Amino acid sequence: MTSILRPALVLFAALSLICGVFYPYAITGIAQLAFPDQASGSLTSRDGTAVGSSLIGQAFSSPRYFWGRPSATSPMPNNAGASSGSNQGPTNPALIDAIKGRVEALKAADPGNAAPIPVDLVTTSGSGLDPDISIAAAYYQAPRIARERNLALGAVRSLIDKHGKPQYLAFFGEPRVNVLALNLALDQRP
Amino acid sequence: MITMQSLILLAVYLAVLLALAWPMGIYLARVGDGTAIRGLGWLRRIEDFLYRIAGTSASAPMTWKTYALALLVFNALGVLFVYAVQRLQFWLPLNPQALANVSPDSAFNTAVSFASNTNWQGYGGESTMSYLTQMLALTGQNFFSAATGIAVAFALIRAFAARSANSIGNFWVDLTRTTLYVLLPVSAVFAVFLVSQGAIQNFSAYKDVTLLDPVTYTQAKNDADGQPLKDAKGEPVTETLTAKTQTIAMGPVASQEAIKMLGTNGGGFFNANSAHAYENPTALTNFVQMLSIFLIPAGLCFALGRMVGDIRQGWAVLGAMTVLFVGLTTLVLFAEQQAHPGLAALGIDQAAGALQSGGNMEGKETRFGISASALFAAITTAASCGAVISMHDSFMPLGGMVPLVLMQLGEVVFGGVGSGMYGMLIFAILAVFIAGLMIGRTPEYLGKKIQSFEMKMTSIAILVTPTLVLAGTAIAVMLDPGTAGMANPGAHGFSEVLYAFSSAANNNGSAFAGLSANTPFYNTLLAIAMWFGRFAMIVPILAVAGSLAAKKRIDVTAGTMPTHGPLFVALLVGTVLLVGVLNYVPALALGPVVEHLQLFAR
Repeated sequence: MTSILRPALVLFAALSLICGVFYPYAITGIAQLAFPDQASGSLTSRDGTAVGSSLIGQAFSSPRYFWGRPSATSPMPNNAGASSGSNQGPTNPALIDAIKGRVEALKAADPGNAAPIPVDLVTTSGSGLDPDISIAAAYYQAPRIARERNLALGAVRSLIDKHGKPQYLAFFGEPRVNVLALNLALDQRP
Repeated sequence: MITMQSLILLAVYLAVLLALAWPMGIYLARVGDGTAIRGLGWLRRIEDFLYRIAGTSASAPMTWKTYALALLVFNALGVLFVYAVQRLQFWLPLNPQALANVSPDSAFNTAVSFASNTNWQGYGGESTMSYLTQMLALTGQNFFSAATGIAVAFALIRAFAARSANSIGNFWVDLTRTTLYVLLPVSAVFAVFLVSQGAIQNFSAYKDVTLLDPVTYTQAKNDADGQPLKDAKGEPVTETLTAKTQTIAMGPVASQEAIKMLGTNGGGFFNANSAHAYENPTALTNFVQMLSIFLIPAGLCFALGRMVGDIRQGWAVLGAMTVLFVGLTTLVLFAEQQAHPGLAALGIDQAAGALQSGGNMEGKETRFGISASALFAAITTAASCGAVISMHDSFMPLGGMVPLVLMQLGEVVFGGVGSGMYGMLIFAILAVFIAGLMIGRTPEYLGKKIQSFEMKMTSIAILVTPTLVLAGTAIAVMLDPGTAGMANPGAHGFSEVLYAFSSAANNNGSAFAGLSANTPFYNTLLAIAMWFGRFAMIVPILAVAGSLAAKKRIDVTAGTMPTHGPLFVALLVGTVLLVGVLNYVPALALGPVVEHLQLFAR
């Protein structure tokens, strides 16, 4: 049995040191040297204060801001310390109730808007921290933003176009726009 | 409906995979043969040094029994170590959030889970595991369980190639070479790539940022003991709070993410797994993650062909895997693009177009949309990876059925690293046996006669996981602690339990995650399913390897059934489907099939 125990113990310890200590520290060293911003979380700051990460969604609820994907994290939406989806199945009545509530909130914030609501604006994201919405979801909210901020609708739409990312080669990636970047740009306007 | 985008994505994916798997196969064959690799002499010296301090040697042969014992001892050691680190993490370094020691049942479940290459997440990573636990215990096991699977595949392939040998190789050598030559270098390059795209890699405490728009929310109030407070009427007391900051979880993510995908492990750093943008920030990282899941399983097909001296045999196995994969993937791509009738009634726009992906977006990320999310779901469950970029629990009924079926087929459609190959070879043995019965000849595969000992062991290996899945599900749905965990009502709740046991026994690790499985009941039962689903399969397969290695290689004659053509591919596909259908159709009828009829009945 020692002919098995010794190699088991020695190799477990040695390979644990290589894969579990040396490897993560080496990658951290390279990452912090070569890509310090990304490795530290792609944080965005305004006037010297960190106001978020371009990869982590925030829960906007003021009508003056673009709203992001609904979030199922607890206790508060977009809890970046405890990512989670809703895990509600398609036949769960609670799913339909929750979506009804979101539709009503969107309509209450913009009663004049009769356009159909894009699906990603009323369904929760997988992580609960989705930083993006579809271009359709941004366009849907443009009239409300224009009214609340006294901007021309065209100005809001061109802001969306400026920050939006297209799909490449008709199959790669999805049309989307980063909500935090869009809202920071809104606040920057006079 | 199925979009053109989905079809192009699938086609491009398979083409790029093929281009990468070919060189990987050449490389894997050399690692498995034990031959020296040009340019890596320095690594050979490290390897030899490790054998010397371990008191073994690269040329020490093992019988299959010694090989199996070494494998079991090494993996049992892994379970003990991962358990201990979790139970002590509060007092150990690299725990800036002062996370508590993990509970005994959860720690046991996670230890078995990571040793068996399942990587089922009963816990929420960022709120449970310290950085030390993540990198030393969990990342370490990601490497070792992957290397264990590849080692068994190498042993079985070498047994086919051997001529009257009494050894199937040396487990320590297979383990060490796989880790040092394959897993570690590819993971390192992959991890740095992930960071360049936005995956994080640091040891900072969680960061607070100031919100542009403060968040008001309500939560249940707890008393001093942490129990929910109730008012005079027995209703829970809630309080309304406003958050002005957001706390963002940090950690050494990219290094773990890389091996999590490459080793078909799938246990995420974060609770939301690869749906979290710090694990999988862009469409490009997602594409590369999907490739990395299948890279080694597909590469092993070519390694098989090279090691047995007939590359066409590798193509046949790869062909059977691809046929099964494309068929089932098409179904999930279709199902997730469907419009939900309940949402359509609310006037919600679910149509795919130039401005949105449409479809069933519940539990999916905008940057991945329908095509990538559905494709990833098929890949992660075809391989026994189990990482997710979308919540399978929220898939449409047929969409959720595809991952379920891919696991239930025994994780042989590409399958886990190594485990997919040895699982598919076992089905190939069954296929030639059935063919042998039909034509009345002693079955042969890859030049070895298949006789009664091999067939007994093959039967055990094939029947062990369906037994665990169906018995486990039956026990859980009959007992209160089992039904208490269901999050969704009706047929979907049953699917959650069936999914949990299918995932555990087949060492996948993905979940219909609404199921509250972090309870002593599920932690224990699922740990049993994971352990036996892994090792009660590996041991009989090593026995097959031992028996095959001892046999002569017989020459191909006019009477030999060819195992490299389309006929054999069809036979292999048919065998895999037949076993799967016979085992699981009744259970599937009670879950996703009923739910589909309920949802679209109008």
